[in-house]
Amino acid sequence: MHSQRVVITGIGVITSIGQNKEEFWQSLAQGRSGVTQISAFDPSSLPVRIASEVKDFHWKDYFTSKEANRLDRFTQFALAAAIQAAHDAKIQEGGEDVGVIVGSGVGGLGTLLDQEEVLSQRGAERVSPFLIPMMIVNAACAQIAIHFRAQGYSSAPVTACASSLHALGEAFQVIKRGQARLIIAGGGEAPIVPLAMAAFANMKALSFRNEEPQGASRPFDLYRDGFVMGEGAGILILESLESALERRAHIYAEILSYACTTDAYHISAPEPSGQAVVCMIKKALKEAALSPQEIDYINAHGTSTPLNDKIETMALKEVFQDQAYAVPVSSTKSMIGHLLGAAGAVETIATLLPLDRGIIPPTINLEHPDPDCDLNYVPQRAISGEVKCAMKLSYGFGGHNACLILRRFEG
Amino acid sequence: MQEQEILQKVKEVVAERLGVEIERITPQARYQEDLNADSLDVVDLVMAFEDAFQVKIPDSEAGRIKAVQETVDYLKEALEGKA
Repeated sequence: MHSQRVVITGIGVITSIGQNKEEFWQSLAQGRSGVTQISAFDPSSLPVRIASEVKDFHWKDYFTSKEANRLDRFTQFALAAAIQAAHDAKIQEGGEDVGVIVGSGVGGLGTLLDQEEVLSQRGAERVSPFLIPMMIVNAACAQIAIHFRAQGYSSAPVTACASSLHALGEAFQVIKRGQARLIIAGGGEAPIVPLAMAAFANMKALSFRNEEPQGASRPFDLYRDGFVMGEGAGILILESLESALERRAHIYAEILSYACTTDAYHISAPEPSGQAVVCMIKKALKEAALSPQEIDYINAHGTSTPLNDKIETMALKEVFQDQAYAVPVSSTKSMIGHLLGAAGAVETIATLLPLDRGIIPPTINLEHPDPDCDLNYVPQRAISGEVKCAMKLSYGFGGHNACLILRRFEG
Repeated sequence: MQEQEILQKVKEVVAERLGVEIERITPQARYQEDLNADSLDVVDLVMAFEDAFQVKIPDSEAGRIKAVQETVDYLKEALEGKA
């Protein structure tokens, strides 16, 4: 079978700054921050009390109350985004040639903690029979498959903060080699619970800027001090070009290539030379048959941690050489925080904004340039620009790196 | 507790746990066949009955509780035994 071209035909997204594509894109274009004091619980005993929460989640648009009670928050986000994406792509039922590849970093942590409390307060007999089916990391993938009766290829990648970019990459490869016609792909995450906030804070991974929530996520800024925890989901409909043309679907972009590499260095720290990232970007460019000069926009991993942003910048300079200073590179985490396993898919949706509408989202809060981070990060305000090819990068704890190259579809 | 009272309380628990309208919960209604419950829902229901009526329903008895009237009969017996 000849290899298939793969395109994106549907978008669904739930974040702090938008609970659908239009709201999300508009907020990105306006440079809005979704970071506030935590409202889901009393955070006063925690060292970090800020996050990028999905407030007033419109779950009733998607589920009955019984369904909602059986789904952890990360699955609710992912299934809601999948329903949006399917509606956007105008697809109905699944079938044997429809797959689901949806990842998460931590799965149903909230449900796990609630039930741990039931166990310790009320005893083993009171632990919910729904705990396991709600908390397993593949629950979002499975619930989406059940909802759409998608009986083809499925998997749930778990590579921490790269999970959903690996999901999109795997979906691209599966469709490319003809093993599925269409795949519902992306990720969901709901990690804003006291235990996770305490644990990430103690790793010194989070920003401690409690007094200034909207300024806390400041990728590439000299005074960045860590990432801001986020939650939500991003789901995309990927399908073969043949299928999309036959259905006369709107095509947001074509996926040209996917590459992934591994630091194989440390369980949480990035490898200091960034060589695995350099190698990955080169592989992705080669597969796409593009030169570095042909990339018009890069959506960085850009977490706002001191190490990540410095090493990512170094890696980009090594691959792109002089071009590195010209190409716009932004981190939309400056607005939505870090959605861990959902980040790659949500940020791929951010990457489609310049491809679809010619608006390049900014890196907000970049006020004080860091001598180690000296690229064109689109500081503070969105710019308009002609973007034909774009690159999305994600890296996860464990040293997992993923990269996707997208091109505006022109037949 | 009178049978009517038990029935009303069972209906309320079932409505809350299974998310169905109270009118559909007739004495004859079977949880799995008529009210769309799966096997885990039934386990969850039994736990909810235990909480609501402050009784212990052993696993050996839980298998008997497949419909609303069966639940009421079992609870009536259990509550009388308790008294």
